[in-house]
This record gives sequence, C-alpha cells and structure tokens, in this order.
Amino acid sequence: MRIGVTVFPGSNCDRDALYAIERTGAAPVELWHADADLKGVDAVVVPGGFSYGDYLRPGAIARFSKVMKPLEDFAKGGGPVLGVCNGFQVLTEAHLLPGALLRNVGMRFVCTRVPARVETAKTPWTSLFESGDRLTLPVAHNEGNYFADERTLRELEDEERVVLRYLDNPNGSLNDIAGICNAARNVVGLMPHPERVSEEALGSDEGLKVFESVLSFAGVRV
Amino acid sequence: MLEWRPMKVRVLVRPKSGILDPQGEAVRRALPALGFGGVGSVHVGRLIEMEVESAEEIDGMCRRLLANPTIEEYEWEVVS
Repeated sequence: MRIGVTVFPGSNCDRDALYAIERTGAAPVELWHADADLKGVDAVVVPGGFSYGDYLRPGAIARFSKVMKPLEDFAKGGGPVLGVCNGFQVLTEAHLLPGALLRNVGMRFVCTRVPARVETAKTPWTSLFESGDRLTLPVAHNEGNYFADERTLRELEDEERVVLRYLDNPNGSLNDIAGICNAARNVVGLMPHPERVSEEALGSDEGLKVFESVLSFAGVRV
Repeated sequence: MLEWRPMKVRVLVRPKSGILDPQGEAVRRALPALGFGGVGSVHVGRLIEMEVESAEEIDGMCRRLLANPTIEEYEWEVVS
C-alpha cells in the first residue's frame, strides 16, 4: 500500500507523517503542492504545519494549490484522506469537511499532550480502535477551536461523525471536538498529531495505530 | 506600467455576529486594564485594500478566498 503526504510551503509535520507511514510497512510517497496528480497512492495525509505562513487564514491559500484538485477528486471518489492540524484546517477550507477552526479561546498557542477518546471506529483511520478507546496525543496549534453552526453540529453528533473528543479541552472547541469525518466517512480531520507519537523513543507509539488502521481498512495485514 | 487605470477597493472582513471572537475579547479585556473605561464589545476583523481593474469580481473574491463564509462576513467599497 502507498500512502501520500502532501507538502506545502510551510508544512512541518510531513517528515513525521512519512516516517510514521514507513513504520507501518506501507510505502510513504511525497506529494509536492505543485504536483498535478497523486502518483497513484491509495491514501493521502495532509500534514500539519503553517502552510503559506497561515496568511489570510490557516489553510486558505494551500487549499488552492495544484495538488488539491486531484486530492478533492480522490476524496470525493471515496479515497481515504487524513488531515492533521493544519491539514484539518486545509480540508475545512476546501469544504471537504464542514465547519472551521477558530482561534483558541485562551488566545494562546497550545503545545501539550491531551487525553482524548476515540468516538467511532467507523472510519478508515480509526478502524483498528474501538469507540471509547483513550489516547494521549500531542497538540500544537493556535487555531484548533472547532466551530460549526448548530445544524451541522447536530448532524455530526447524530451521524456519529465526531471521530475524536478531548477529555480535557485545550482550545474551547464546541462539544470538545478534536476530530471529525465527512458524511461518507473517508475524510477525517484531527487537531492532535498521531504522527508525532509513532514510536516509544518519541514518548509513545499510540499514534501509529491511526496509520495502521488505514492499512487494515484496505485489507493489508498489520 | 498597468495598462488600465486601477480602481481602489477596500474589503472589510469580520467575524459573523454570534461567533466567538477571542481576539476581540482579548482586546476588550486589555483596554480597561490600561485605564480606558466605557468599552463594550470589541470585534477584530481584517482590512484588505486592493487595486483592481473593475469591481465586478469582488464578491467572488470575497466568497472564495478573502473571507470564509462559515465564520466571517464581509463588505466592500470602492475608495477611488
């Protein structure tokens, strides 16, 4: 299985994501922002960072990169896509996920580890978890405060599309939302960084299961 | 040299009413701390000045890039 990682000017978690993918046994593939195709990958990770310096709004400029057109087609065709942190912001700006990520309530950049709960195993990126599983994951963001209008929020809850929920909300996000998926469940956005905890030497390997999940989902034994 | 005479447009983007505005809230709390009394709500937005050939596409620019309609509203005017 080949998993792509998009690289925008200002991405800074792309290497971590490529490394985590490599550790699962899948083949990591770099996808440059100016690429016109996805090089035939089976899944895509949009990594964290500060694409285009967060100018205008986080993700607002990256969303119009050349690589986003084939990525949007891939996502609409059911291909598994994971956006982490800035990647989550890019996916909301691209309307592949609903809502938006506002400034943290405390007006501070939060860089810490937070306890969170997996709310659904019914996505390619959480298929190896069970709902209710607890994880401790790094967060590092200034705009992680998830917002959606009331109707969207109700839809997300009713359709079990909240993928990850904070047990100790670091940013004021509505309903303690740390991650969501689209209606088709193939596109997932997470504010916490599973790729930063992909082996014990990094303090924990709890995040690796997110990447193993997409392999398992695709029928690869992990 | 531009081949057309530029028109100056000023676009104001701000948080939709009812949307939490942590920046405005931080400023609202900072003002009394400096001794400025009588401050009610504060909202922080973004001012974008552009030179354009015509104002025809400003709405499209606002909807697609300059503002995020999920959380922001915008207005614009021709300045000169």
